[in-house]
Amino acid sequence: MADLVITRKEGLYCVPGDFYIDPWRPVPRAVITHAHSDHARIGSQHYLAAAPGVGVLKSRLGNISIEGLAYGEQRIHNGVTLSLHPAGHVLGSSQVRMEYKGEVWVASGDYKVEADATCAPFESVACDTFITESTFGLPIYRWQTQQDIFDDINQWWRNNAGLGRTSVLYSYAFGKAQRILHGLDASIGSIICHGAVEPLNHAYREAGIRLPTTKMISEVIDKNELKQAIVIAPPSAGNSPWIKRFGDFSDAFASGWMQLRGARRRRGVDRGFVLSDHADWPGLMQAINASGASRIIVTHGSIPVMVRYLQQQGLQASGFDTEYGDEDEITTPVAEVKSQEQPNPEKPAEAEGGNDHA
Amino acid sequence: MREFARLFAQLDETTSTNRKLDALKTYFSQSPHRDAAWAVYFLAGGKPRQAIPSKLLCQYAMDYAHIEEWLFEECYQAVGDLSETIAHILPPPVRQTDLGLSTWMLEKIAPLRGATPEVIRSALFSFWDELTTPERFLLGKLIGGGFRVGVSKLLVTRALGDVAKVDNKLIAQRLMGWTDGRVTPTAEGYAKLIAPKSDQEHSLRGGQPYPFFLAHQLSAAPESLGNIGNWQAEWKYDGIRAQLLRRSEQTSHQTYLWSRGEDLITERFPEIAAIPLPDGAAIDGEILIWIDDHPAPFADLQKRIGRKSLTAKLLSELPAIMIAYDLLEMDQKDLRHLPHSERRTLLEKLVADINSSTLKISPVLQKPTWQELAQLRQNSRALGVEGMMLKAVNAQYGVGRTKEVGTWWKWKIDPYVIDAVLIYAQSGHGRRASLYTDYTFAVWGEDADGKRILVPFAKAYSGLTDAEIAQVDAVIRKTTIEKFGPVRSVTPSMVFEIGFEGISLSTRHKAGIAVRFPRILRRREDKQIQDANTLIDLKNLLATHELSN
Repeated sequence: MADLVITRKEGLYCVPGDFYIDPWRPVPRAVITHAHSDHARIGSQHYLAAAPGVGVLKSRLGNISIEGLAYGEQRIHNGVTLSLHPAGHVLGSSQVRMEYKGEVWVASGDYKVEADATCAPFESVACDTFITESTFGLPIYRWQTQQDIFDDINQWWRNNAGLGRTSVLYSYAFGKAQRILHGLDASIGSIICHGAVEPLNHAYREAGIRLPTTKMISEVIDKNELKQAIVIAPPSAGNSPWIKRFGDFSDAFASGWMQLRGARRRRGVDRGFVLSDHADWPGLMQAINASGASRIIVTHGSIPVMVRYLQQQGLQASGFDTEYGDEDEITTPVAEVKSQEQPNPEKPAEAEGGNDHA
Repeated sequence: MREFARLFAQLDETTSTNRKLDALKTYFSQSPHRDAAWAVYFLAGGKPRQAIPSKLLCQYAMDYAHIEEWLFEECYQAVGDLSETIAHILPPPVRQTDLGLSTWMLEKIAPLRGATPEVIRSALFSFWDELTTPERFLLGKLIGGGFRVGVSKLLVTRALGDVAKVDNKLIAQRLMGWTDGRVTPTAEGYAKLIAPKSDQEHSLRGGQPYPFFLAHQLSAAPESLGNIGNWQAEWKYDGIRAQLLRRSEQTSHQTYLWSRGEDLITERFPEIAAIPLPDGAAIDGEILIWIDDHPAPFADLQKRIGRKSLTAKLLSELPAIMIAYDLLEMDQKDLRHLPHSERRTLLEKLVADINSSTLKISPVLQKPTWQELAQLRQNSRALGVEGMMLKAVNAQYGVGRTKEVGTWWKWKIDPYVIDAVLIYAQSGHGRRASLYTDYTFAVWGEDADGKRILVPFAKAYSGLTDAEIAQVDAVIRKTTIEKFGPVRSVTPSMVFEIGFEGISLSTRHKAGIAVRFPRILRRREDKQIQDANTLIDLKNLLATHELSN
């Protein structure tokens, strides 16, 4: 039987269904796994996404033709039975299940297997072919449980507050920021969010996610309040005049890349918290095993390593080249080099806060 | 171990000097002396011999983690540090332990030196069973002998001084020789290190040298230093900075020769060790190979250091001498507080009295104006020196690179410069892991048929900013032709200005020449690869260089 999903220059393409998954060029019909900007791009005619993600997608892509599908709800299109299942990555993230003539394919998008309180937890979907991401596809990436990381973050914040020093925590504006907010101990001090983060907080609250009270810097009247405060800002805010106002602050970055000493030191912040919205190596293996798939197609991240490893495990494995991030991104977060010339070093071409590979 | 791992993490994760200092003080004030002694040893740059060969360490880590070699290699390429790679791939520990650093060093790690592979394997497995990721990382460093931490020795002495309420300079003095490797750090040793100042300070010193006084780079015009009469100029020799001292303990007298890296190298240079120095004297100077009344290139000195046994032939072909710069101790008295001019007078007298062919005084270069001194400096290459030293005549002999008690400047000559093409790249280590930062450069030569080809001549990795590295890295990834392990060959497209200090013939290098201290001066985006220099240009440099020698 011919492959159900192939790559075309526009993106991953479901052949009998005649639709694309997270296309990187405008297409007639796009199924979007989540609203991060390298997966959800502007310009397509019709969008389909998991219902909880529609709000964020609209806020990011503007006035688009979009339909929300409840998790698990089936839709038959050109003979392909399509349904969306939680991927545990960010609010509204989904895996795309496609069934055609008895064969089942699942495209994972980005996913994380550890459950967190800001989105529906990853659900394992049985399939014949599993298309998996591989952002952290090396055995050096093993995450601690998130509670440990939140404890570390709160302890760092508490210490700084005790010294009268603002804590500035850089994190991606969508998903990671809200996950951190949920884990913060609001009794320590005020929580201030950057202008790129606050609108997403609203979207999360509207979707029924409980987040602590946050405020914008413009709402702070007594500057002394800043001494005990934590500031959540996108990485692009580093080195900006906006951040300078906090004076003698301690800074930190929350990302899976912070696992490595070299990346931490390049980033040049006081602390690196290893907190990722992607699966670590054991998580990837767990998801692959649980899918029961005999064929695995690896996308963005550590493709050659994962393919070789999975082949050694007796699976039929191959790679898909996508534009969600190239092969080198895993070994080279070049984007992480701190630089004055590039105000948004994550992905200079994109708007602030919109890139999420961590 | 847990406390030391925590300290390491704290030092590693901040760039703030004050926070590092606080972390050190907290550690030193809370740790038992026996553990603090080892911590000082490592933090001050002590490098124990490798207890277990890296190959075995990797092999057993792969066994423990059930990871094949190719996958381990991939991980290592991403991490850029062996201990860190191992720490990350191992599955979580199964139990907990909290033994002190000294127990680990003496009872756990030391017995593994030279043990059978089976013993090493089971020992490592039991260690990994009970250590967390940061501790496993540290263990790898302690075993592998590659421990480095982002803290200066000066900061360690400050922390110890603050905790013990003893002058930092006295701590620095007592710390000399701590990292030599011949002495095991002990609780008693640590107690002496932080003890209050005593009248017996000198006799407590034993064979230890003084902290070296180091010079600052002079980048401004020398006129900025004011009246030339306040400065003593000397040649800047390119050898091994060293201290020669003779001390007596009860009835035994002994000569010690210490390198600037605080290695005891007395036995490497018998002709210098034989200089009849009086008891209780210490000379600061430079070790050089001296032939026909001239300093030989540093490469010749390297031949002496590299050789295991010193044959009579080697000693006669490559004779070493010491050029005396300064007198730090005379008649068992510390002279470092005296002004430079007074020390110089005493030094001249001492060198004349000793009258040895292997101890020469560094000549003072006297010119009435800076301009004339600058002219004299033009002869540096011809004389085989790196430029000049300018020492304030009223300067005391300071501790380390300081301007507190007067200043020494190094006024080096400009490097040789060549435009070369980047042809290979390798990823860096540590902060530069996963980035292509180590480059091989080539100049234009000809193959047997007279066709123009790029011939590699130097490797260099320093000199670019992080932003420039990121740009170069991106080009390397886009233009990769082939990967061999960690190395990539690239389509030549980038020209760099390469500076270096010396140039000599070499049979070991493809280009037939070797350059000393090559480094990147800047990227020449204005130049095409065709515009890079040629092998003939390099050989012309060699000709002028040899002429001048």
